[in-house]
Amino acid sequence: MPTEMTYGEALLAAIDEVMEHDKRIVLFNPGFIGMEAGQDKLAALRKKYAARIKFPPIAEIGFCGIATGAAMAGLRPLVDISTATFSYEAIPQIVNEAAIAHSNSGGVTNVPVTFFLKFGIRGGGGVQHSGSPQSWYWNTPGLQVVMPSTPADAKGLMRTVLLQSQDPTIFFGHDRLLDDRGSVPDGVYEIPLGKADVKCQGKDLTIIATSIQVPRALAAAEILAKEGISAEVIDPRTLQPLDKPALLASVKKTGRVLITDESHDNCGVAAGLAAIIADEGFASLRAPIKRVSIPPVPVPYAVPLEDYVTPMAQRIVEVARELVR
Amino acid sequence: MLPDIPRDQQLGILRKMLMIRRAEEHCIRFHDEHQGLIRGHFHVYIGQEATGVSVCQSLNDDDYVFTTHRNHGHVIAKGGDPKKVLAEIIGRATGYCQGRAGTFHVAAPEVGVIHTSAIVGGCLALAGGTAYAAQMKESKAITVVFFGDGAMEEGVFYETLNIAKLWQLPMIFWMENNYRRSGRGAGHAATELTHVPKALNVETTVIDGIDVGVVHKTAKEIVRRTRAGEGPLFVEARTHLWPGNAFAMPKLVGGITDIAWAWNPDAAPEKIREWHKEHDPILNYLRELAAVGVSRAELEKLDTEVSQEADAAARFALESPLPEPTEAIKYAFAGKGN
Repeated sequence: MPTEMTYGEALLAAIDEVMEHDKRIVLFNPGFIGMEAGQDKLAALRKKYAARIKFPPIAEIGFCGIATGAAMAGLRPLVDISTATFSYEAIPQIVNEAAIAHSNSGGVTNVPVTFFLKFGIRGGGGVQHSGSPQSWYWNTPGLQVVMPSTPADAKGLMRTVLLQSQDPTIFFGHDRLLDDRGSVPDGVYEIPLGKADVKCQGKDLTIIATSIQVPRALAAAEILAKEGISAEVIDPRTLQPLDKPALLASVKKTGRVLITDESHDNCGVAAGLAAIIADEGFASLRAPIKRVSIPPVPVPYAVPLEDYVTPMAQRIVEVARELVR
Repeated sequence: MLPDIPRDQQLGILRKMLMIRRAEEHCIRFHDEHQGLIRGHFHVYIGQEATGVSVCQSLNDDDYVFTTHRNHGHVIAKGGDPKKVLAEIIGRATGYCQGRAGTFHVAAPEVGVIHTSAIVGGCLALAGGTAYAAQMKESKAITVVFFGDGAMEEGVFYETLNIAKLWQLPMIFWMENNYRRSGRGAGHAATELTHVPKALNVETTVIDGIDVGVVHKTAKEIVRRTRAGEGPLFVEARTHLWPGNAFAMPKLVGGITDIAWAWNPDAAPEKIREWHKEHDPILNYLRELAAVGVSRAELEKLDTEVSQEADAAARFALESPLPEPTEAIKYAFAGKGN
């Protein structure tokens, strides 16, 4: 019997499960949930593991570096950065220390630290609280990038990262997903890194969607279905490692691909995935690769402005129509 | 003054300081005598040997040491093999990091130097992390982070110091002031650099960083207190910029150090005479050992042995193979990567 829970509650459930058995896991600033559901569960987690939880000062470069050093010394810290843009304050430690240490040491020093980032266009976040830095971190060798779209995937991937990962991981949870409910399998399960998931089967075009773009793509697929267009929605779930074979197989099947991710167009996640498909799947393509992401402008505040730049389901529908026409 | 330890240990400190000096002289000679061997920038620890060696003398094998772009001395002081350090400096497969790190980032996890950052304050927060890990694991290990006056200009210093104090982390902020930054009056508004930790209620100690006895005594006590849970503690060890470090790239302005200058200071080339007479921790220490009756012959023999070992290490590095080109793409990830 699966259980209904929110994305944030699923994260808390995974964290609780693993912390019970693995004393190396420590938490900095645990939140992980949205503004609504799960407050009681968060309070319980904070109480249960108080000895392994720190609430550092507002000092991102300091506490992200401390978490990184602690990982080098054998702990497995999970840091809730909260709003993704706050991680920019810690870039020197995340990008220039955590990500490079394993390589620099010739494969000796491991850095199993995880940074949780609440990212994306949240509604009224404005220019500084709507950030989507997944492509920056994906562009940093040494970092794993995980961005699940459902509560079930979030739980399984969080468990895998906390228990098994040997590398620094950026775990992206979209702000607007945290309160979304979904069914989560009962019992303990893990989802391996680098394993894509086909969220809906189709034959006319492939929609590769990440995180919040998955429910948007599924909504688009429903609209398209009514028009006789069969869209396959595939979620890579992790960008690093990336399940290239699954993405290429889907493109081979449909011959058309639309890639949607809530980061900016230029050098964004969609651009990176498009390059891979162009390099390795060109022969499968019957139409140009299309992207639906954020235009290259800082995300503005007012509702119509924000809506204009948000890659909503309707935009996916419009671009998909062009693609199969 | 001489450290209050048996003579063989006193000589052990001399041996290690000389090894660092001789190894780094080779580093500069690699650059000056071999076209293209060291293509980029590098820094040396010459003139600061007393601090690294005396501090590491007080540490256990499982204690952590973090260092900077000026790391060669600290790695050797913590027990690192000069052969593997010199090989790493010139990017050889036999180096500590298989040639991936180079001079700026020599890390030697096997002796407790698990990562080295060449960003001047880069390792400060990481050191807070190993200290926090030791605290969580209830181990007795402590962490020493060596850094320079320049690192105190970076925000990471302030954030880490603040957290370290709030969490009472078992770590030592060991600032080696070589006056490369503050001496030029460029980088810090504080009248005394210790005012900054003092403002956060971190206890500070200022010492003469070229006096082996003073550094040893201070380190022993600070290490003891940190292990007993009194950390974090902050030490400013004042050294004197080696004239060869006054340039963008280090230069052997007076040639390699001749220990005979300990007895005949006027024999040193004029450009470096005053520094070796007054401020060289190694020659000062030699003079102190000679004053208590260690024979010149014994000291010269020790230097000869160390120099031969350093020469052999340099030869080892030069004769070591370069890494295979395809090794370049290894090790981005400990896990499966892609």
